Amino acid sequence: MSRIRPYGDATDDGKVQLSFTLPVEWSEAADEAARQLVGKMGFTDVQVVEGRRIAKGFSFFVVYASTAQSIDFSTIKAPSAKEHAMSMDEVDTYVQESLGRKIRIAGACIGTDAHTVGIDAILNMKGYKGDYGLERYHSFETFNLGSQVAVEDFVKFAKEHEVDALLASQVVTQKGSDVKNFTALAELLEAERLRDRVVLICGGPRVTNLMASELGYDAGFGRGTLPSEVAAFVAVTLANRRVAAR
Amino acid sequence: MELRIDPSTVDRCRALARAIVSPVSDFIAAHSTVAVERSVLRLLGVDGVGADEIPVPNLILDGLSAQDRSRGVALAFGRGLAETGLDPAALGAAIAAGTVRLADFADVPEAAARGVLAPFVAASLARIRERRAERAERLERLPQLPPPLLYVIVASGNIYEDRTAAVAAAEAGAQIIAVIRSTGQSLLDFVPFGPTTEGFGGTYATQENFRIMREALDEAGEREGRYIMLTNYASGLCMPEIATMAAIERLDMLLNDSMYGILFRDINMKRTFVDQHFSRMLNAYSGIIINTGEDNYLTTADAVEQAPAVLASQFINEAFAHRAGMPDRQIGLGDAYEISPDLEDGFLYQVAQAQLTRQIFPDAPLKYMPPTKHMTGDIFKGHLIDAMFNLTSVMTKQTIHLCGMLTEAIHTPFLGDRVLAIENAQYVMNTARHFGDEIQFKPDGIIERRAQSVLTGCDALLERVAEIGLMSAIEAALFADVKRPPDGGRGFEGVFERAPEYWNPFEEALQGVTV
Repeated sequence: MSRIRPYGDATDDGKVQLSFTLPVEWSEAADEAARQLVGKMGFTDVQVVEGRRIAKGFSFFVVYASTAQSIDFSTIKAPSAKEHAMSMDEVDTYVQESLGRKIRIAGACIGTDAHTVGIDAILNMKGYKGDYGLERYHSFETFNLGSQVAVEDFVKFAKEHEVDALLASQVVTQKGSDVKNFTALAELLEAERLRDRVVLICGGPRVTNLMASELGYDAGFGRGTLPSEVAAFVAVTLANRRVAAR
Repeated sequence: MELRIDPSTVDRCRALARAIVSPVSDFIAAHSTVAVERSVLRLLGVDGVGADEIPVPNLILDGLSAQDRSRGVALAFGRGLAETGLDPAALGAAIAAGTVRLADFADVPEAAARGVLAPFVAASLARIRERRAERAERLERLPQLPPPLLYVIVASGNIYEDRTAAVAAAEAGAQIIAVIRSTGQSLLDFVPFGPTTEGFGGTYATQENFRIMREALDEAGEREGRYIMLTNYASGLCMPEIATMAAIERLDMLLNDSMYGILFRDINMKRTFVDQHFSRMLNAYSGIIINTGEDNYLTTADAVEQAPAVLASQFINEAFAHRAGMPDRQIGLGDAYEISPDLEDGFLYQVAQAQLTRQIFPDAPLKYMPPTKHMTGDIFKGHLIDAMFNLTSVMTKQTIHLCGMLTEAIHTPFLGDRVLAIENAQYVMNTARHFGDEIQFKPDGIIERRAQSVLTGCDALLERVAEIGLMSAIEAALFADVKRPPDGGRGFEGVFERAPEYWNPFEEALQGVTV
């Protein structure tokens, strides 16, 4: 079966749930407006199961509906950067055998972003969900530059410390600030002729690997990423480049 | 519902915190900062911007010689007032325009400077007292609902959108509105000017934005029949200036921590210690409740391990606040519900910590922060975790309750998210209103033992800090595993030693005042 659609309680029923706010006082007409609006989105069998006033001039709705749309799953491409699964010990051994030296990696929340929760989860000794952070690896020398690091300073640091891999993190995404900052970093690395010398990685709750490759990054890691997944990707990428260079 | 904890350990922690703060206070008394001096100018009525949008108080400070600066800006500025006959606003404008230079008035006698400033200082303090009386009158006439006071955040970047969101939230039941600042404002060594409609992850704190929001919330309060409080951030490099603007525009609360900027924003520790002190003197006088930032220890490190550090920081924040003349009722010490939802009995640990804080600081309006670290895109689970947080808060009688958003991990809240969060809190707090009065902790049970071990851990930590001194302790990464050198970090260049003839008329007037 390659064509799929949402599953409520029966194959192909196409059931979805939506919730949204409309900028009108609640009334029967507001419920009807919500129903018609969801119909215009292409849904059928629209049921407004909850509709009420939440503030002066605003109403909130919960809606169930069906979609006739389906998707051919066999055509979907979303390459994962997490395919080189290895444990910390396996990464340490792999790096020792394939590179014979420590990998130097620097991470930062770039631009004005002050939220270090992501970069800390990957780099700090403690790690995330019982998966140790890169600081604990024998095979990595880790530099966590913290929050609000200007793109220029990050690149300067990479140059001075001859790092092998850069991790740029963005949690705040308001008005596309994350994409702007990621792009600025990639462009500056190009301009400084450093881009090909580093493994460039972006991360954050909204980041996908697909988006990362569109921005010219080697990989992107989103929510739920474990430190060992990042470590394995960096190790394998560097080892492959070394082989290719020979 | 009382935990059995050793009162002598609590007393010892308090004494240790006082001992820790004491030498830092000596340092504070011998120094000032550019931000303190700029707030003296703002208190006198200097405002506006000059060329390149640089605020007039910054232009004046930047134009002072190191010697004049070390005596406090009031003397040089007072000489200018005496000689020109202008009022502070007009003199500020003239200096900004380049038509007057303070350096030209060096020969004016000090007594003349002091004399001419006296009525402006008195008028400024009278204005703050007026705003304070106004708040008291409104609270009397428009009483708040019982605590936990529901607190929500608006953060669109546009003050006018924020106003719409804030009014809607107030109508839904919010009692306190905080306008989150644009990310990065804490690192600006000036306060932006005028109404703003662009910001990232928040809205710039400006005096005009304060005024716009205050006006909207006053109107909403009249409509709802209950006073709606307004909160902003006196943190970062402009702590005392924000405290000044907040006093003038009748904000009710300010986030203000004695160590947050040092640890989490890499702001120089000397700068922060001096700035927090003067900002807290102003907060005390203007009746503003401070919210401290202990939640940050829990979001950046393991919440179970960091519990003693949270309590230690609460003791230190209390000691610093007392030093600045703040009464307990204005010291909103922070805590947060950040233990992993996967941990067995995690809820019991949360209750232990929240109740411990309640008992140790009985008169403080405690600020309870919602789960953030373990919130994910699964909004359904997030809403449940928030409900457990709400239950802990009402059970342990927290005062200021920041409502957790089901979309915490996704975006700055939608208008509808905020209402769902408020309704969650209202439901849980109503259905369990007197739960805490009806139950007892099992003697020597999991909760009581946890509370005792947190207190013991805090005692040990404070002892180590007292031994080596607060500045060295921060340098040795005793707080939040973050290491900061005394002369490193942002804003250090703005710290300077006071000359023997240093004078800050507001500090002098506020010293030892109890309101």
